[in-house]
Amino acid sequence: MGFWSWGVVTLQNECPGNTLAYSSISFFYSPTVNDCPFFPLQIDYTGTEPSSPCNKCLNVSWDSSPPCTCTINFTLEHSFESNVFMYYGLSNFYQNHRRYVKSRDDSQLNGDNASLLNPSKECEPYRTNEDKPIAPCGAIANSMFNDTLELYRIDNDTRTPITLIKKGIAWWTDKNVKFRNPTGDGNLTALFQGTTKPVNWPKPVYMLDSEPDNNGFINEDFIVWMRTAALPTFRKLYRLIERKNNLQPTLQAGKYSLDIAYNYPVHSFDGRKRMILSTISWMGGKNPFLGIAYITVGSICFFLGVVLLIIHHKYGNRNTSADIPN
Amino acid sequence: MEQGLLPWPPLQRALCAGEEKRVGTRTVVVGHRPVSETDAYVAQKFCDNRIVSSKYTLWNFLPKNLFEQFRRIANFYFLIIFLVQVIVDTPTSPVTSGLPLFFVITVTAIKQGYEDWLRHRADNEVNKSNVFIVENAKQVQKESEKIKVGDIVEVKADETFPCDLIFLASSSVDGTCYVTTASLDGESNFKTHYAVRDTTVLCTDEAIDALTATIECEQPQPDLYKSLGPENLLLKGATLKNTKKIYGVAVYTGMETKMALNYQGKSQKRSAVEKSINAFLIVYLCILLSKATVCTTLKYVWQSNPFNDEPWYNEKTKKERETFKVLRMFTDFLSFMVLFNFIIPVSMYVTVEMQKFLGSFFISWDKEMYDEEIKEGALVNTSDLNEELGQVEYVFTDKTGTLTENSMEFIECCIDGHKYKDCISEVDGFSQTDGPLKYYGKSREELFLRALCLCHTVQIKEADQVDGLIGHPEHRYTYISSSPDEIALVKGAEKYGFTFLGLENNFMKIRNQKNEMETYQLLHVLNFDPVRRRMSVIVRTTTGKLLLFCKGADSSIFPRVQQEEIQQTKVHVDRNAMDGYRTLCVAFKELTQKEYDKIDRQLNEAKMALQDREEKMAKVFEDTEADMHLIGATAVEDRLQEQSAETIEALHAAGMKVWVLTGDKMETAKSTCYACRLFQTSTELLELTAKTVGESERKEDRLHELLMEYHKKSWTLSQEYGLIIDGSTLSLILNPSQDSSSSNYKNIFLQICLKCTAVLCCRMAPLQKAQIVRMVKNTKGSPITLSIGDGANDVSMILEAHVGIGIKGKEGRQASRNSDYAVPKFKHLRKLLLAHGHLYYVRIAHLVQYFFYKNLCFILPQFLYQFFCGFSQQPLYDAAYLTMYNICFTSLPILAYSLLEQHINIDTLTADPQLYMKVSDNAMLQWKPFLYWTFLGAFEGLVFFFGVYFLFQNSSLEDNGKVFGNWTFGTIVFTVLVFTVTLKLALDTRFWTWMNHFVIWGSLAFYVFFSFFWGGVIWPFLKQQRMYFVFAHMLTSVSTWLAIILLIFISLFPEILLIVLKNIKEKSHQGHGASTAGVGSPGWLPAGWHGCRICPGQRWLLPCQPCPGPAAWYWQDQCPPGLTLSQETMG
Repeated sequence: MGFWSWGVVTLQNECPGNTLAYSSISFFYSPTVNDCPFFPLQIDYTGTEPSSPCNKCLNVSWDSSPPCTCTINFTLEHSFESNVFMYYGLSNFYQNHRRYVKSRDDSQLNGDNASLLNPSKECEPYRTNEDKPIAPCGAIANSMFNDTLELYRIDNDTRTPITLIKKGIAWWTDKNVKFRNPTGDGNLTALFQGTTKPVNWPKPVYMLDSEPDNNGFINEDFIVWMRTAALPTFRKLYRLIERKNNLQPTLQAGKYSLDIAYNYPVHSFDGRKRMILSTISWMGGKNPFLGIAYITVGSICFFLGVVLLIIHHKYGNRNTSADIPN
Repeated sequence: MEQGLLPWPPLQRALCAGEEKRVGTRTVVVGHRPVSETDAYVAQKFCDNRIVSSKYTLWNFLPKNLFEQFRRIANFYFLIIFLVQVIVDTPTSPVTSGLPLFFVITVTAIKQGYEDWLRHRADNEVNKSNVFIVENAKQVQKESEKIKVGDIVEVKADETFPCDLIFLASSSVDGTCYVTTASLDGESNFKTHYAVRDTTVLCTDEAIDALTATIECEQPQPDLYKSLGPENLLLKGATLKNTKKIYGVAVYTGMETKMALNYQGKSQKRSAVEKSINAFLIVYLCILLSKATVCTTLKYVWQSNPFNDEPWYNEKTKKERETFKVLRMFTDFLSFMVLFNFIIPVSMYVTVEMQKFLGSFFISWDKEMYDEEIKEGALVNTSDLNEELGQVEYVFTDKTGTLTENSMEFIECCIDGHKYKDCISEVDGFSQTDGPLKYYGKSREELFLRALCLCHTVQIKEADQVDGLIGHPEHRYTYISSSPDEIALVKGAEKYGFTFLGLENNFMKIRNQKNEMETYQLLHVLNFDPVRRRMSVIVRTTTGKLLLFCKGADSSIFPRVQQEEIQQTKVHVDRNAMDGYRTLCVAFKELTQKEYDKIDRQLNEAKMALQDREEKMAKVFEDTEADMHLIGATAVEDRLQEQSAETIEALHAAGMKVWVLTGDKMETAKSTCYACRLFQTSTELLELTAKTVGESERKEDRLHELLMEYHKKSWTLSQEYGLIIDGSTLSLILNPSQDSSSSNYKNIFLQICLKCTAVLCCRMAPLQKAQIVRMVKNTKGSPITLSIGDGANDVSMILEAHVGIGIKGKEGRQASRNSDYAVPKFKHLRKLLLAHGHLYYVRIAHLVQYFFYKNLCFILPQFLYQFFCGFSQQPLYDAAYLTMYNICFTSLPILAYSLLEQHINIDTLTADPQLYMKVSDNAMLQWKPFLYWTFLGAFEGLVFFFGVYFLFQNSSLEDNGKVFGNWTFGTIVFTVLVFTVTLKLALDTRFWTWMNHFVIWGSLAFYVFFSFFWGGVIWPFLKQQRMYFVFAHMLTSVSTWLAIILLIFISLFPEILLIVLKNIKEKSHQGHGASTAGVGSPGWLPAGWHGCRICPGQRWLLPCQPCPGPAAWYWQDQCPPGLTLSQETMG
């Protein structure tokens, strides 16, 4: 839990309904699923409770193979009509720690060949491994989120996989300008010759994805992870679920299951992991803060306006006679 | 030939580098030719003739200027922070504090460098000018700086003297030359100087080259005003006039000339605002230290949990692990200091300096303070004290030339107790003769008029020589004198038929009533000085009689004449003084040859004295001017300056206490005080003068009784009190004879003074004026004092007061040279204080508060962020923003505001003196407003941070679900911050010019433009591309837009609310305006009273006068009886 996360009101198991004071910002564990129309659905799959299906994976380590897998079933009571965005959320994870934030080499990530083989000192202690430069170097890359989340719709005991799109989750400028694979001839494997994978990674950077335009440094999952979060409780975009046609909602109400390849240990630092499904409006993600704040400020202004109008009406008239200009 | 020419008291001064302390006198060998072979000619080392007023050279500019700048505590602090950043691994790069520091240092260095370049240029102009030196009977042309002590220099007409010279010979046969010292002291009259008698004949190159002599003179000393040198010393900077050429020998060169010595030594005055700034700085330093301490402590508390200290995803480096814990804690503390150091506003000092420097132009540009007569406006000698003008509590003003015009007019005279006025036929008449002719001349009257014609130092300036031949003889010349009284007297004598025709070869020429010429040989002039308060001349008539004429203040003449003669004249003198005229008494005595020889010898001895010259001279004067016969007295009118009464009234109404310090007689001063409404008819006067205290031996006891009596009297608030004290009584109080219990009386006296609204100190010596100022200055609460005067006798008090103001008057330029500000007229004081001073104070106070405020709400979010990033010193903002915030994004709007703001219209400020009281006592820089600003800054900092914090509970704010990171978080906070602090300033701005619009909206536009630019390029020199497209992405999110607008609004909400409430209050006040004095409309004034002004602080309506302000009208709740101006009439 965040050191400073006291006092954040969370209403659990309740749909906001008519109350405004709803907060979806739940970084406390919610044992049951929030499922309200227009509000995101969150599933905590850390597995700290013995009853949780993921409890068995709680003390997973980086190099466990095969990965520990677990499945969480949930029911969607209202369907998501438009495009759905799938996030993973982490709590008590200090991506904004100074030592962590600076532990990267942007010129290496920009495809600079010199930096590839001689990463910046800022990457210490994740700069070299066994005298070979790490690509990508640094603590951020080293701790990249590597759980695999898969979504299935359960319809009469048949599991239909939901298509999760993994491209289009990173900023366009990041994907196309800021992050570049090393230049040169040959395939990616050849380009990353002479470097070694980050310590915690199961496989090197050029094997992140099968598609060449999503592999290496320009892998979107990697790029998303490299944009360090502002607060210790954060979410990052994981996959997109696009609406296929106009007849059906993107995700119908009904039963679903979430299959997790549990690789990412968070228990050691008292962290939590969530999966979040959300739709998004033209304003961006659901954000109760703006609504509450605008309505509060608006009411205060209205109230004060009325009070001042009364004062003005009561006292303001008397000076008109004295104000005649010469 | 050996001569002691320069009898000045010894002054030890070591100015030339490499020279040991020089004592006593210096020996100058004329033409570098030793007097005799036997004399071991040891060449004394003197300065060369280079004038160096510049501080720096090209080579030492950088180190010297940097050293000077880092002596400033704030600069030094930032240097330390910068060094910490370089040495220790800190969260922000050294650039973030290095660049602002570099900016500040550079701007200051450029300003100082420019000023120094100007000085260099001026120096070069003087140093490189060509002069002619006589060497081996030939003229050699040289650069001025090559002149050595002992060189014989030739100076032609209209040239300035290149160094201090001893006047050896001139082209005119009588060995005189005319000199004007306008560039030294502003006196434009020609002064006659005389060549050394023995060398007068040597007026060719060959002759002068044959001279072998040494000169014994005293060491250089700076006193320019004591006496402008003996008559054969020609000062560097003065100009030769009406003389073809002169020869002189250089005695003081370069930095040892009087002119150079006078450039130094004016002490720096510091303003009270600076003290407030320092106090606030300490508060903020404490805040900074406590923030750093809190963060460091919490960091280690937080890290006590191992998974917080080093989670698997964020391991420490080897080096970090190996460092000792104490050292780590210390570097952590330093890192936090560095992170929060921006709370101390780095650019405040440079902005304050620029504000003062640029702001001072508004005073000199003010057209209303331009005087048509002298074709000059106000002059600003120091810009450091602008805001002090808005804080003045005590005004000390000179009378003559300040409150009055100092253009004298001869009104009447009294001879032997008979009064003569205007023309002969009137009162008592000249035709009437009194008794037998006892003395030289035909009658007492003629003696009196001859005395007026002879006893002065007036010179004649031929106005226009071509015209003069044709025109009337009366208009051929004008009189010039340093004292306007003397001109008035000479002109007065002329009116009665005795015309002074000038001085030639020591012979004074007079044309008498019968158009006959009379000549008198001028033997000695016993010059005027303010201590003696009289002057004398000794002349020899054509018949060989020796006469001494003396004129001076009655108090200094009466004790020196036959006592039985006084009575009649005294009546006249007193009556004239009551009428506000300046009176002078004239006395004479006849000297026998024996007496004269003795005086002559004594005088010459005293003049030649190298030591204690002043004392010796004074002693001889004292002895000479005794046992005289009183002839009569004169009355000269000094008219009040225009609007001086209104100005004094306005100063009173503004809560200032006005003290008049004058050397004049009590009666004269008192009537002037009534005339300029310092005293009202209703004012109760307390007198502590020779009259009330008495002359007896018990006067000290009597004085103490009086003091106690005044002290214990019942002071009522409605009654105004005035105090009159004279110089002798004052010195009794300040310098008591026995030291017992007298300091107590000094305190009582001070308390009485402070209770009075007006104080008149008459018969003051210049030093006593300064003493009074110092006394008031050092009272409890150290009130801000202002001195205003026009003459040399006011210089001491001008220098003593917090703010010294000189009047560019008729008595030379000493006062305005030594002042901080100089204005042409006393009436300009009103606008200078009430409008300019008030505005400058409000501006600078706002500037200071705003600077602290904007840096507090800048840094507070960064502090709060530490609670969410594990106290890891992660900066919230990008380094570019940290660096640019103070120097680019928020600097110009406040500078423009602090230059141009007029929260109240300048005319209203001038018209309504009571507004001045609103800012008195440093009201805007007290702890209360400071706390208000601090809370405002803290509130806004909290809003910025937590607003964005709550917004970021869901960080996917774009409409395509993409997520923002920590740099977007910081950028949103920063955007809200920049907009809020700039708009806050826009809310505060009451006076919009195009410049305000330009800098406020320009700064915001620049911020947006810069952010796009900074995020739009992959910068090769940056290690991390943190900001790449962060700003652009931020702006694509509608939520962010809404949040930014909301947060700006919430932050400014208290401010907006305050403005609305203030408006309502003002409006309702206007409705009930009659209860207090305020601005209203003249609609309620009775018919016929339109165009009349009722002044606040006054209890009556002024007779119809044009109002100075635009449509500002004032009234007071208490109406004078008989005038029914009640609220009903207003309706």
